[in-house]
Amino acid sequence: MELLQRFAAGDLEAFETLFREHQKQVYAWIVRIVRDSGIAEDLTVETFWRIYRSRARFDPTGNFHAWARRIATNAALDHLRRQRRETELPEDLACPAKADTAVRRETRHRIHQAFSQLPAKYRLVATLALVEEEPYDEIASATGISVALVKVRVFRAVRMLRKKLTSMGMEMGTRT
Amino acid sequence: MNQQDDQELQALLKQAIAPVTDTELPRDLWPQMLKRLDRQPARVPWFDWALAALLSVALLLFPGVIPALLYHL
Repeated sequence: MELLQRFAAGDLEAFETLFREHQKQVYAWIVRIVRDSGIAEDLTVETFWRIYRSRARFDPTGNFHAWARRIATNAALDHLRRQRRETELPEDLACPAKADTAVRRETRHRIHQAFSQLPAKYRLVATLALVEEEPYDEIASATGISVALVKVRVFRAVRMLRKKLTSMGMEMGTRT
Repeated sequence: MNQQDDQELQALLKQAIAPVTDTELPRDLWPQMLKRLDRQPARVPWFDWALAALLSVALLLFPGVIPALLYHL
């Protein structure tokens, strides 16, 4: 029997094989959304827990990687929703900041604050599209929405971010 | 708002929230996964639920048997 068929039938060894094959990719995807290695580890386990629980619904002829990524995205989204809106985004995995001036630090802080206040579904697509520069079709496939809707959400996220920054007293370009 | 403003905002965003550079999984998560699998609640077989439902219906239809049942318990 094929690996995916055995997994769908509830074979734990098949699940372990799939887990070991895909845990790195799932973690790498999640950590780019939640930006915290500890949380990403927990969410990777949560993702595979959901995968194992819904194994009977998996079509063994389907694409396991795409299915796992979709579940991982949902797990990360659930986490973003649970996060308190005021919570600062973790920065431990970001590139180390170069000598920040006080003004730049203040700007970064405000952008962080404004970004962390965006609704989770907008934060998710904005992080993937604008920060991580993932292609729109990849984001669409991972979130289970159309490319057009991804573009709409990115557009709305930018608009909301701009509005929040303006209300915080930050000048954004010549027009608002 | 125009495209230039959007690019400016995106640049600011990337300065404030830099792309994640370290996406390497630091350790094997299978031991954690096993712990999580062990934690899964014991599932109640469907026939246990059916028996419980049957008993509830019987007690509802014949409440007179409740004292006798309690006596024997």
